[in-house]
Amino acid sequence: MKVGVLALQGDFREHLALATQCGHEGISVRTVDELNAVDALILPGGESTTIIKLAQSFGLLEPIRERIGSGLPVYGSCAGMILLADRIEDGIVGQQTFGGIDMTVRRNAFGRQVDSFESDITFNGTQLHAIFIRAPWVEEVGDGVVVLSKAAGHPVAVRQGNLLATSFHPELTDDHAVHSYFFDEICKGR
Amino acid sequence: MSEATGTARVKRGMAEMLKGGTIMDVVNVEQAKIAEDAGACAVMALERVPADIRAQGGVARMSDPDMIEKIQAAVSIPVMAKVRIGHFVEAQIIESLNVDYIDESEVLTPADYTNHIDKWKFKVPFVCGATNLGEALRRINEGAAMIRSKGEAGTGDVSNAMMHMRTIGAEIRRLTSMREDELYVAAKELQAPYALVKEVAETGKLPVVLFTAGGIATPADAALMMQMGADGVFIGSGIFKSGNPAQRAAACVKATTFFNDAKVLAEVSRGLGEAMVGINVADIPVPHRLADRGW
Repeated sequence: MKVGVLALQGDFREHLALATQCGHEGISVRTVDELNAVDALILPGGESTTIIKLAQSFGLLEPIRERIGSGLPVYGSCAGMILLADRIEDGIVGQQTFGGIDMTVRRNAFGRQVDSFESDITFNGTQLHAIFIRAPWVEEVGDGVVVLSKAAGHPVAVRQGNLLATSFHPELTDDHAVHSYFFDEICKGR
Repeated sequence: MSEATGTARVKRGMAEMLKGGTIMDVVNVEQAKIAEDAGACAVMALERVPADIRAQGGVARMSDPDMIEKIQAAVSIPVMAKVRIGHFVEAQIIESLNVDYIDESEVLTPADYTNHIDKWKFKVPFVCGATNLGEALRRINEGAAMIRSKGEAGTGDVSNAMMHMRTIGAEIRRLTSMREDELYVAAKELQAPYALVKEVAETGKLPVVLFTAGGIATPADAALMMQMGADGVFIGSGIFKSGNPAQRAAACVKATTFFNDAKVLAEVSRGLGEAMVGINVADIPVPHRLADRGW
């Protein structure tokens, strides 16, 4: 499977490496042609305002929305979660998202960098060690959204159809559980 | 649920999220908003950009907490601030403001000509400058979670940053080609801890993110540093000492992402107006060169 990673800004190399380790072909996505070549897409951690501005400037916003609308499996971590949210809180004025998941996400909800933390959490019934960096959380979800993890009483991993989002960064650990779930449970079902 | 803050992993992880991005020096709220609107992945809050520190002389210290807090309130992206080399109380003060990263910076006047700050004692992560691999590893040993080159700040002359990126890269490549039993002497020569030297020899890269800084004034400069292997770019005086800061800032952000695409680089380089005037590093007397600060 060709797994694209949006490579505008952030820790896209780590996601590319994980896709490769899981036996897939990792492709950096910076153009519409590259986007059209992939079977699945990962939105990496990074700065959500930077990534969305670059996506707008280089004509990727609508094409990514269209592919999400037509069922492309997409996984977003941290900034990627913000980019997949239909609604955001504490964004900058007029901040856009790709959208797709019926949820409200609060940016930097856990606080500033001194509040960034690592913690053991349960993801879809299994234990994993999660790293949260200036992380968002999910404020509320619509009916079609399944909550896969919680921390501090808030959802931090959610799925709606072919879309998966986590507040934390599995790409910074050696644990492949979240990526395997995305590849094996979501992408395979297509 | 065991929860840990201030770990090496969350400090280094924060820098991972800045990769492929541009971090801009700003001296007030208005500039911070321009930087955020242009797509900066973080801002460095300081009272005077390096070009002005250089022009005005005197002792340069940490910024007024009021000024830093105003910038924190004005933008949602990470905010960094500088402290003097070795001035751990300035660092304690800045940490108490909840800034996202501290730059222990040669741009300010050093407070200690022997020791750097013990950065393990802090919950907030630190970025430090380095001119070569040994210096980078000494800073990492002291707890730095991110390294940047130390090009001559406030000049708009990229040649020193270039030299540092080449030197760090060459020294890493040399380590990866050595026999394991040669790494002990390599550590001695680099004046760096053996464990870190061995790690670099095995992985072929620094254990933390490597940005570039110092003298970057154009989108082409930013792309040059990215092609040299930088993970991202700091721009100090280059933006707000130029003719059209908003446009230049956006152009540098795009150039840092599309650093390998000459067509995009040509497009964003058009009609930017005047770049900062600049000073050739060779014209600066050696005692006034900032890159020599740090040990």
